[in-house]
Amino acid sequence: MSLGSTILKVVTVVFGVATVGFIMAEPGGHIEIPQTVKWSFDGFFGSFDRKDLRHGFQVYSEVCSGCHSMNLESYRNLEDIGFTPDEVAAIAAKVQVQNEDPNDQGEMFERPGKPSDHFKAPFPNEQAARAANNGALPPDMSLLAKSRAGKGFGAYNGADYIYALMHGYKDAPADLKMNPGMNYNEYFKGHQIGMPQPLSDNAVTFADGTPATLDEEAKGIATFLTWVAENNLEQRKHTGLKAMLFLVAFTLLAYAAKRKVWKHIH
Amino acid sequence: MSKHFNNPVIRWIDHRLPIFSYLDHEANEYPTPKNLNYWWNFGSLAGFMLITMIATGLFLAMQYTPHVSLAFNSVERIMRDVNYGWLLRYLHMNGASMFFIVVYIHIFRGLYFGSYKAPRELLWQIGVLILLLMMATAFMGYVLPWGQMSFWGATVITNLFSAIPVFGGKIVTLLWGGFSVDNPTLNRFFALHFLLPFVILGVVILHIIALHRFGSNNPIGIDTKGKQDTIPFHPYYTTKDVFGLGVFLLFYAFWVFYFPNALGDPDNYIPANPLSTPEHIVPEWYFLPFYAILRSIPNKLAGVLAMGAAIVVLFFLPWLDRSPVRSGTFRPVFKWFFWMLVFDCAMLMFIGKNPPDWFWQPFALHVAPSEDLVKAAGVADADSLGSFTFAGGTFGIQILKLGQICTLFYFAYFLVILPLLSIFETPKRLPLSISEPVLKGGGHAVAHANSKPMEKA
Repeated sequence: MSLGSTILKVVTVVFGVATVGFIMAEPGGHIEIPQTVKWSFDGFFGSFDRKDLRHGFQVYSEVCSGCHSMNLESYRNLEDIGFTPDEVAAIAAKVQVQNEDPNDQGEMFERPGKPSDHFKAPFPNEQAARAANNGALPPDMSLLAKSRAGKGFGAYNGADYIYALMHGYKDAPADLKMNPGMNYNEYFKGHQIGMPQPLSDNAVTFADGTPATLDEEAKGIATFLTWVAENNLEQRKHTGLKAMLFLVAFTLLAYAAKRKVWKHIH
Repeated sequence: MSKHFNNPVIRWIDHRLPIFSYLDHEANEYPTPKNLNYWWNFGSLAGFMLITMIATGLFLAMQYTPHVSLAFNSVERIMRDVNYGWLLRYLHMNGASMFFIVVYIHIFRGLYFGSYKAPRELLWQIGVLILLLMMATAFMGYVLPWGQMSFWGATVITNLFSAIPVFGGKIVTLLWGGFSVDNPTLNRFFALHFLLPFVILGVVILHIIALHRFGSNNPIGIDTKGKQDTIPFHPYYTTKDVFGLGVFLLFYAFWVFYFPNALGDPDNYIPANPLSTPEHIVPEWYFLPFYAILRSIPNKLAGVLAMGAAIVVLFFLPWLDRSPVRSGTFRPVFKWFFWMLVFDCAMLMFIGKNPPDWFWQPFALHVAPSEDLVKAAGVADADSLGSFTFAGGTFGIQILKLGQICTLFYFAYFLVILPLLSIFETPKRLPLSISEPVLKGGGHAVAHANSKPMEKA
């Protein structure tokens, strides 16, 4: 082996190692979101823990829905997570919504909500929401669990973020100058969040008698919002299992067929 | 040349419309080198992905509304309320990534085994055209859900055309259909996104016609010398392709069913808002190498030209690499540079992901924000750090500089290394025929001791 070819090989290998090193390099600058909770919906066979969903729905109804809209979700979908049609009708009927069409006199009118309605927003428009919240806009919750997830394969998911955010309220460090009306949160980008700490121990009283610790509430709302963002998660994983099993069988058969056809070609 | 079919209906039709003879000729008789390895599966996989994208896209289009105030919610309606809409949409969305994975492997296969060399130059160039069309289609498709990245990606990319002297501004207005990315932009992108896949389909047919003129290249890179070197495409490569398809579908399904959003940007689940710019506007992964090349040149026009040249250079590849030997297997120097190119493109991809003023600290396995290093070094701003720094206790290289080095290598590979290798490299001796090393049972292509070096003119 000549010197030139040795150098060439060494350079290539160094380049390869550098590339792998670069790809593996941990990007700094972002806030570390802990991935401590083992979510019921994670993994290949994951499905939502119904108790967490119910807790989350209660937290949403009693706390979050005061400021946050959830425009893409319909009341009827609650049937998918264990509410009976009657319960859903009762939940929907608690709000008054404006009918889409006017009455016979041409006047718009309000009626009780129906299961087919989308969740009613707390504010009629963005300006009203900002005016009521010190200029900050509480984001719509429909896709929060998807839009707040970390980037890339293996990153934290939206539930991790929501869970962390609920736990992240601390006293601001002395050297940080807080803007008026802002709250310090360890996990929020820039650490200054408009939302005051929404959840704490006993912020709600769970209907099933579970002690309402901050942890339990945060787990509930994170699970519930994941379901809201991805109504079909369970169906997706069930279908996925069937698809994978089919594909494994298909691939094995295809391999056997290929072997048989190619037997005499070498 | 019509064939005799036993089935009278087929015979009747084939006599008037020789479609069955044609298929028989192109699939059953079509002689294919018998030594193709699994890297040759990716062509048919690309074809499969094109059909998948057209099929899923068609059904998505039935439910989608191309209007700025309805587009985002119509996509969410597909996800939530349309039966198996989530599956259609995830298949399509991840399908774009799968399509690019397959096509990039297909291209690198061509690069390694010299599939671009005579007489397959046009076949290669048609392939580059398909890549360009795919990129345009993928870009416009990404705009359709009208999320934050859709909107801002469209704004950044369309704005690039404004760098073109004289006509730049006019072109951008034409693309936008107005004076900013807005409803007319979304409408025309939807129309073009529907049209272009069929244009691709047409060009793919040309690609296949050109392929069937001389047949596939092969891992040894020498021409087939007769019947002993070839086997009919069907059933040999059809079964091999179906097996490859199964393996590929397992990979595809893994993403679709278990990590459907891992390849996308979470910001695109926030509806487009022209008043709020995302912190980092980053294209999808398959555009990142080109994005890195664009950014590594400080001048806008030069950056745009470099990005374009990164593709255009592929059109000239058959004449840049003058080595008569096709396969990298027999090119002892080329093969190492080829792997450097692979690493280089991987580097560029991850460079495109990172902010250009950040620093890569290779020995700390860390990519650090410039603010951190500015603080550590106690200097005024990131500019005073330079391109290479020891601030923070370990060696760091600026992402921008890294991008420039990698961009330089990318172009050097095509414009300097390949032409020089054609002159200075001594290829290994080629086997006399495809059957020779195959029949010798080694599988490894070693020239027979007394065989004459066989080179393509």
